[in-house]
Amino acid sequence: MKNGMSTKKTFYEVITEQGIPRREFLKFCAVTAVTMGLGPGGHEVLAKALETKPRLPVLWIHGLECTCCSESFIRASHPLAKDIILSMISLDYDDTLMAASGFQAEAILEEITTNYKGNYILAVEGNAPLLDDGMACIVGGRPFTDQLLETARHAKAVIAWGTCASFGCVQAAKPNPTKATPVSKFVKDKPVINVPGCPPIAEVMAGVLSYILTFDRLPELDRQGRPKMFYGQRIHDKCYRRAHFDAGQFVEAWDDDGARQGWCLYKLGCRGPTTYNACTTIGWNDGVSSPIKSGHGCIGCSEDGFWDRGPFYERVPDMAQFGIEANADKIGLGAMAGLGAAMAAHAGVTATRRALGGRDKDKETEDQDGQG
Amino acid sequence: MARFDHAYREIGDHENIRQIYVYEAPMRLWHWLNAAVVVALVATGYLIGTPLPSYTGDPSTVYVMGWIRFVHLAAGYLFAVLWVMRIWWAVVGNNFARQLFIPPIWSKRWIDGLRYQIAWNLFLVKEPRRYSGLNPLAHIAMLTIYLVPSVVLLVTGFGMLAEVAGHDSWQYHMFGWMRDFAVNTMDLHTIHRASMWLVALFVMVHIYTAVREDIVSRQSMVSTMLSGYRLFKDRRGPDE
Repeated sequence: MKNGMSTKKTFYEVITEQGIPRREFLKFCAVTAVTMGLGPGGHEVLAKALETKPRLPVLWIHGLECTCCSESFIRASHPLAKDIILSMISLDYDDTLMAASGFQAEAILEEITTNYKGNYILAVEGNAPLLDDGMACIVGGRPFTDQLLETARHAKAVIAWGTCASFGCVQAAKPNPTKATPVSKFVKDKPVINVPGCPPIAEVMAGVLSYILTFDRLPELDRQGRPKMFYGQRIHDKCYRRAHFDAGQFVEAWDDDGARQGWCLYKLGCRGPTTYNACTTIGWNDGVSSPIKSGHGCIGCSEDGFWDRGPFYERVPDMAQFGIEANADKIGLGAMAGLGAAMAAHAGVTATRRALGGRDKDKETEDQDGQG
Repeated sequence: MARFDHAYREIGDHENIRQIYVYEAPMRLWHWLNAAVVVALVATGYLIGTPLPSYTGDPSTVYVMGWIRFVHLAAGYLFAVLWVMRIWWAVVGNNFARQLFIPPIWSKRWIDGLRYQIAWNLFLVKEPRRYSGLNPLAHIAMLTIYLVPSVVLLVTGFGMLAEVAGHDSWQYHMFGWMRDFAVNTMDLHTIHRASMWLVALFVMVHIYTAVREDIVSRQSMVSTMLSGYRLFKDRRGPDE
């Protein structure tokens, strides 16, 4: 503890102090390099970075959220990964996980933002409710909006953990009573990386942090501000049940034969075709399973506004503008039936009128034509 | 303006005209190819959103949904190409080829014609007026429930195709912005489907009106799209 600040050490020094063998360290590097898609030799780059660079101070703050992101994060699948990650990012402040509390805890925020100006990562779990000056979410006696802005001011970058921070999630679903606002729409002057999912996959979270530490830059993002390496492909395109979709073999009811045979869940509302995430490649809980693998359709939890695109168990979503039970098909079919009836009536009137009076005139016309 | 106005030309009762060449061959070809493509698109599109009952068999040999999607995407490309051709022809073709794209709402006579045409369809007037090209009511209908939904269908369709083709595809570079517009790509599907129903409604109205007008109006309708000639059934000049 020469420097007096544990954060000046490299990540590798910290984990060896904790008694984690080098073999485990290299395993972590290999797994993480693969999930990041770094290619051959990627694990060496990663290992070198973790051995030589000072570890990355991370402030992890919590707004309106349910802590499912933290729960996911501490269950990173690789053995010891949770220790590795927790020490790697030197979670200097995380009010859920840290030992300190009260003024002592809040003092750390001040310390990091001053000592590591422009050189720490701010990880935000949950979002900021803007209604009534942020009164719906109070942290340490002050609105969360204040804490978010103060900590973001000197951050190198902001990571928005989960769909809450990225897009708003359930608290921003209509009618969004507290005006819950995604981080990227509130913190405008810093790069924000969205890592959506409810929760995001632990390996994805670890991967994003490892990438920033290893390459000293932010990963390439898509239009939604999500790292392309994890959110670049649709669930549908990587789904192991895709062959059944292409074949036209669908589960029609949760207890039918198709469900037992593992057919496609599209008809039961699976949002795989409109969802970008790594669930089908990385899997959950040490790669054991994923929602579709366990027989339930994807609900699109990593997509913007997924709560308002229900019902989760129907393919064609509701169009609330036209009533609670309406969807495009019901409206379309209704309009067609109505129009069909109107056309039949119209044709009937036309025919009747012609039968009653139009004929003579027609004859006249024919006569005229004959003359002309 | 007079140039565009020409296509709406109402054929006055005093004019002694037997026929006018309205639709040139590329227009007619476009119409019928487009009709076929739209039928294919609506049919397959409906089945993509609400698929057929499951087909049993081994997925290595069964490809029902795959073929439906193939037909839909292929027809979608054709639909786009046909619209490009149609716009090109609107530039180089005759006045009737560009009429659809520019409704002369500035013309009092046209607005009056619109009122009259509505009245005719509500059985309020005894006799319809004669038009060389589209009548004002047909024009409005074609514009609002066919042309506009077609454009919406094209951009949302390619927007969804961009999702399928991936971030590095040309579809994504050209139509990836649809993502920002739609918030959740599910919205692209919903808008696409709602527009499909509009087009289906248009097809119903279009066929019904064309057939009915062919019977009761004073000019040809259906055959005009086959031969290109608008025939006027009666010729009542002031001298008669």
